[in-house]
Amino acid sequence: MKTNRLGHWIAILIGTLYFVVPLAATFEFSLRKLRGVYSFEAYRVVLADPQFQSSFTFSVGLAVVTIIFGMAIIVPMAYFVELRLRKLRPFVEFVTLLPLVVPAIVIVFGYLRLYNSSSILPLTNSTLSTNFLLTCGYVTLALPYMYRSIETGLRAIDVRTLTEAAESLGASSGTIIWRIILPNIRSAMLSGSFLTFAIVIGEFTFASLLNRPAFGPYLQLIGANRAYEPAALACMAFMITWACMGIIQVISRNAVAAHP
Amino acid sequence: MASNASSASLPRPRVPWAVVGVTPFMLFALLFLILPTLFLVVGAFQDNDGGFTLANLGKLWTPTILASYWISIKVSVASAVIGAAIGAFIAYAAVSGGLPRWIRPTIMTFSGVASQFAGVPLAFAFLATLGRQGLVTLFLSSVFGLNIYAQGFNLLSFWGLTLTYLYFQIPLMVLIVTPAIEGLRKEWREAATILGASNWQYWRHIAGPVLLPSFLGAALLLFANAFGAIATAYALTGSSLNIVTILLYAQIRGDVLHDQNLGYAIAFGMIVITGLSNLCYILLRVRSERWLK
Repeated sequence: MKTNRLGHWIAILIGTLYFVVPLAATFEFSLRKLRGVYSFEAYRVVLADPQFQSSFTFSVGLAVVTIIFGMAIIVPMAYFVELRLRKLRPFVEFVTLLPLVVPAIVIVFGYLRLYNSSSILPLTNSTLSTNFLLTCGYVTLALPYMYRSIETGLRAIDVRTLTEAAESLGASSGTIIWRIILPNIRSAMLSGSFLTFAIVIGEFTFASLLNRPAFGPYLQLIGANRAYEPAALACMAFMITWACMGIIQVISRNAVAAHP
Repeated sequence: MASNASSASLPRPRVPWAVVGVTPFMLFALLFLILPTLFLVVGAFQDNDGGFTLANLGKLWTPTILASYWISIKVSVASAVIGAAIGAFIAYAAVSGGLPRWIRPTIMTFSGVASQFAGVPLAFAFLATLGRQGLVTLFLSSVFGLNIYAQGFNLLSFWGLTLTYLYFQIPLMVLIVTPAIEGLRKEWREAATILGASNWQYWRHIAGPVLLPSFLGAALLLFANAFGAIATAYALTGSSLNIVTILLYAQIRGDVLHDQNLGYAIAFGMIVITGLSNLCYILLRVRSERWLK
């Protein structure tokens, strides 16, 4: 059994090295901007760049709208499918897995052909409607993750009993969703939200092809033109992803603690 | 009172709340997922005047386009197979015990982060690591006198891209395959050992066959994951490595192929490839759930 354990240690060690070394290298690289000394100059330059501020703010806003819009259409759907429309489940499963089958670049290609300025629904005509189209694209990207976390949340509570109890007390469907279901799946919704945030914040394909000034295209632009700033941005992006995932861990641990 | 209310509400047409609640989602899925995809699929079989043709698909068989599909498939297969093998081994090492307790949750958390750390920043990280001025490149040349670029290594190549993709493929595999490995019961091993099976026999006849569908299914998922990716490759190589997503990106940007419908055919080809791998994944998952419940 001893040799066995050694093998496990080696596997973990190699895995750790493979994942830690690029992070360490990126961090080291990001400090090299000033010749001869380590400094946070690259970070200072990036943070002071007005384009960084505007694209980052834009993407954060987009992520928030994506989360709200996505939840607004997915939660009622998942609730009623769980409660009354079980027949629809295979179809919903199929649709929510579709974004993993159809690559993002193909979906956005479809948007550009279907909603261009000469189509019936010319969404790419104005800034506002293009932003809307981009939001829809992001909801599509996040759909598999959002739906799965909400569905898991709904299955963990007894939707039918809760609904019948509320109905017998005279609550309407809207009240039931808002005051009974939502508070009970709050942690599942939060997990889905942070995952969505991590996906949307640096997304490149949709934003670039729809010509919106988001954070992903900005990253690409800096990567093509600068030497040390990209490394600084990569470190920041990693911190954001890490924060989102860390928050999800904390949320789900608390949820387990609350409903053992 | 209660019976009064219910009898009064019976004749009134009730608002079908379930339908109202489901409709926005269905409309959304139709407009922003199903129709755009269908549009491209139909367009792949149309000529410029809208008539049916197979010519677009025929035009895929030109050297540039075939080469771009081929390099995409190669990178996806390599990163999926290697990622699946290493990921499964790490997951097994973390699950099967013998290591300190804190290792497992740490690996799971880290895998969650690393599997989402893709796109443009990942390309930056690998440029800083294995690029010409990267830390590891400089380290190897100053300590071991090994200049990997003189040895023919290039980050902007098949192996460079594969190595980069492994950064999210391995953790993704760890996340997907851990539940399956957890499903291996201790009793199976004990029973096998009591009956005189060696470690190899246990893996060959019991654990291997039980895990195989999950393993293959996960590998297929990794394949599709790498096949549709573009941001990392684009930020890493510009358009010097002509994978199919980058070809399609260039086509969308500027109609580089000078043929609208050929673009649809390329997209259709991608859907067919990722669709097939996902179909196999679903079939394999159904099989694996027989044992692992």
